[in-house]
Amino acid sequence: MYRVAVVGDYDSIYGFKALGMETFPVNNADEGEEIMKTLADSNVAVIYVTENLAKEMGKIINKYIEKVTPAIIQIPGIKGNTGAGVSGVKKSVEQAVGSDILFGEDM
Amino acid sequence: MANVVVNPTRMELTRLKKKLGTARRGHKLLKDKRDELMRQFLDLAKRNMELRLKVEEGIKKANTNFVIAKAGMSEPTLNAAMMAPKQSVSLECSTKNVMSVDIPQFTFKTKTADENDIYSYGFAFTSGELDDAVKSLSDVMQDMLELAEVEKSCQLMAAEIERTRRRVNALEYVIIPNTEEGIRYITMKLDENERSTQVRLMKVKDMMLEEAHHYSEKRD
Repeated sequence: MYRVAVVGDYDSIYGFKALGMETFPVNNADEGEEIMKTLADSNVAVIYVTENLAKEMGKIINKYIEKVTPAIIQIPGIKGNTGAGVSGVKKSVEQAVGSDILFGEDM
Repeated sequence: MANVVVNPTRMELTRLKKKLGTARRGHKLLKDKRDELMRQFLDLAKRNMELRLKVEEGIKKANTNFVIAKAGMSEPTLNAAMMAPKQSVSLECSTKNVMSVDIPQFTFKTKTADENDIYSYGFAFTSGELDDAVKSLSDVMQDMLELAEVEKSCQLMAAEIERTRRRVNALEYVIIPNTEEGIRYITMKLDENERSTQVRLMKVKDMMLEEAHHYSEKRD
């Protein structure tokens, strides 16, 4: 049995608590990394992270990118969409194909 | 490229020929694997982008709603309303093997089946906007969960494709040409040895005949 967690600043994530996900409000990247480590070692399969926070925790996110769990997914926070999520998708296309042939111009 | 030094022996030749056969076969298999992975990856990546745009749109809407909800209520009331969620999400995770890549398959379960259990508070002290906000977030949840599965699969497959591509290229442009080169070198060397032995034998035969019959003296 796996759990679903949401990490980010309080204002961006408190709504998810009502849906039954576990929320972990953090104030800075250091706290985020700490929590991310504990979550990844326990039975959490999906971690949603706000884009602003994820930007500062690239190292630890990359560490888990090749493991089956946890899946670390970026979501836009309350301060708006930074486009990091979309560029993440483009990055994996680029990694696989060599250049972005799918979403090159239109997005 | 610096040539690898090979011993020009028959044994080495057999070994290299075997190696070339394996390399060719591996190259063909890996190429097939890469092509199939790529086909599936492109479908998945398209789906990934679709879901991501949908989810981001949904979350943006939900965030707007939450800001409005927050504006209409005091912070302690809001915190109290969110304090004890009724609903709880958990998931089963199994893996599916696609072309030797283990991609996760999530099956989501909620603790209670009732859709209305997302409202973890009494309606007396909270604003109607909060209900809307929670509802809008709940609408996008299903897509978010699917996004998690698809995006993770995409990342895993991208890494595997990259690895496979490197292997295919290494075989195609380094291992196979080098082995072919080695085989050609050995074959030529062996042929050359063969010829020199032949010539030596002919020469020896001439000399022996000469000794026995003294042809050159008789001719004079």
